[in-house]
Amino acid sequence: MIEFNNVTKIYKKTFTAVKDINLKIDNGEFIFIVGKSGAGKSTLIKLLLREISPSQGIITYNNQDINKIRKRSVAEYRRHIGFIFQDYRLLPKMTVYENIAFAMEMICCQAKNIRREVPLVLSMVGLSDKAKYYPDELSGGEQQRVAIARAIINKPETVIADEPTGNLDTETSKEIMKILSEVNRRGTTVIMATHDREIVNHFQRRVVELKNGIIIRDIKAGGYSDEPKED
Amino acid sequence: MNPKKISYIFKQAFKSMWRNRMMGIASIGSVTAVLIILGFVLIIVLNVNNMAMVAKETFDQIAVYIAEGVEEKQIEEMGNSFRQIDGVLGVAFQTKDYALESVKEDWGEDAILLQDLRNNPFPDTYIVQLSDVSKSDEVIAKLETFEGVDRVRYYQDAVNTLIKLSDFVKRFGAAIIIVLLLISVFIISNTIKITVLSRQREIELMQYIGATNGYVRGPFILEGVMLGLLGSVVAILLIMLGYNYSINYLAGRYVALISGMSGYLVGVEMVINDLIIIFMTIGIGIGILGSLVSLKKFLSI
Repeated sequence: MIEFNNVTKIYKKTFTAVKDINLKIDNGEFIFIVGKSGAGKSTLIKLLLREISPSQGIITYNNQDINKIRKRSVAEYRRHIGFIFQDYRLLPKMTVYENIAFAMEMICCQAKNIRREVPLVLSMVGLSDKAKYYPDELSGGEQQRVAIARAIINKPETVIADEPTGNLDTETSKEIMKILSEVNRRGTTVIMATHDREIVNHFQRRVVELKNGIIIRDIKAGGYSDEPKED
Repeated sequence: MNPKKISYIFKQAFKSMWRNRMMGIASIGSVTAVLIILGFVLIIVLNVNNMAMVAKETFDQIAVYIAEGVEEKQIEEMGNSFRQIDGVLGVAFQTKDYALESVKEDWGEDAILLQDLRNNPFPDTYIVQLSDVSKSDEVIAKLETFEGVDRVRYYQDAVNTLIKLSDFVKRFGAAIIIVLLLISVFIISNTIKITVLSRQREIELMQYIGATNGYVRGPFILEGVMLGLLGSVVAILLIMLGYNYSINYLAGRYVALISGMSGYLVGVEMVINDLIIIFMTIGIGIGILGSLVSLKKFLSI
């Protein structure tokens, strides 16, 4: 369970990125964080990844104050979270298989586990036949699927996706969303930052909307804010 | 550490060393330069100290050179008076002929050079043995008052000079070495910086994945260690060759003129073990420090 309690982040003492955020995310939830760029979505994600620390307030992960985690234990904390980037961030000199295996190697898994797990995840994202391809031989959608596979290979409790469909067309985005839904259906909490109105409206999940660093809406299941000129 | 991790760390370290080989060479060169200068200073200090030690063995002897043309009888009387001085254990006389002969003997084949001497340049000499080194100053003062004494030579002066010299070399050397050490750390940290920047995406990714510190930092630290180690190996080889060559050169060419010099010099084999340990430790130290400086700056997530 993730909880933000009165979290404020001020950059360089002047710019308030997010203000008085109170947010509770239960295990197994699927939640969209929406808002225009600059609304504070990325700050929220960075706070949760403990890339930055809040200026005020407390963020807890499974009842542990994440800013009390020692620096050397941050790596361990991050293993609870799989992260998906907008620009995929695959390593270009590694094959699809190696990119996914890399994430397992980094946290010390035995070779035989790697050989067993990677094909399973690849088949889940539908890329079993592309294991030996290099990232630049894949389409954007396929690359993002590899990135999802990499994010879930270590079986994190939570997956955070920062604009995962930002670089993809609508059809491909829907495929990505299908996979993320499947990840969520298997019990993983999914937090997805996006400003893709169509996707949010289509999936009807919990939506937290940010505007100028403040949560202006938090609804159990619904679409994007009705203000038509938001984008 | 599992073997996979070790092989990953080594692979990455070697890869980036190869990729940045020019910077790598500069780093190795800077470490080598520091260590060679350190080696110079160490060797000079060692040798000067050794000279002082050897000189100390003749500490309790004062050589009194008798002026040219002093009568034999007067010389004998002088000897008797010397024996009376407080602090003197004994006195031995060395004629100028004996001095010349012993030099000839020392020089061996080169003694041929001395054959053309028209006059014997060596003075008659009294070797005054001290019973108590602490009284040397008083004894010297008294010896100098005698008529017919040309010069009093006491090794304490030489020893003091040597000790002062070695102190100076030590201080001066330490200052230079500290400056050079900092420069080396800076150069290595820059080399590592290039690697860090070229692998930034990968490192960022690793940090998001939650890779252990060993994975993230290991390759860079290892790269620094290797650069430092290579620098120290080059320095060791150069110092060994250079020092060996110098000693042989001195011994082969000037052995006669600076007779006994070889006894004052410290052989390569005496210092090499210590040198290897010191150099490798410092080389690795510089490397690790350089890496850490870079990592601290650029690994922030």
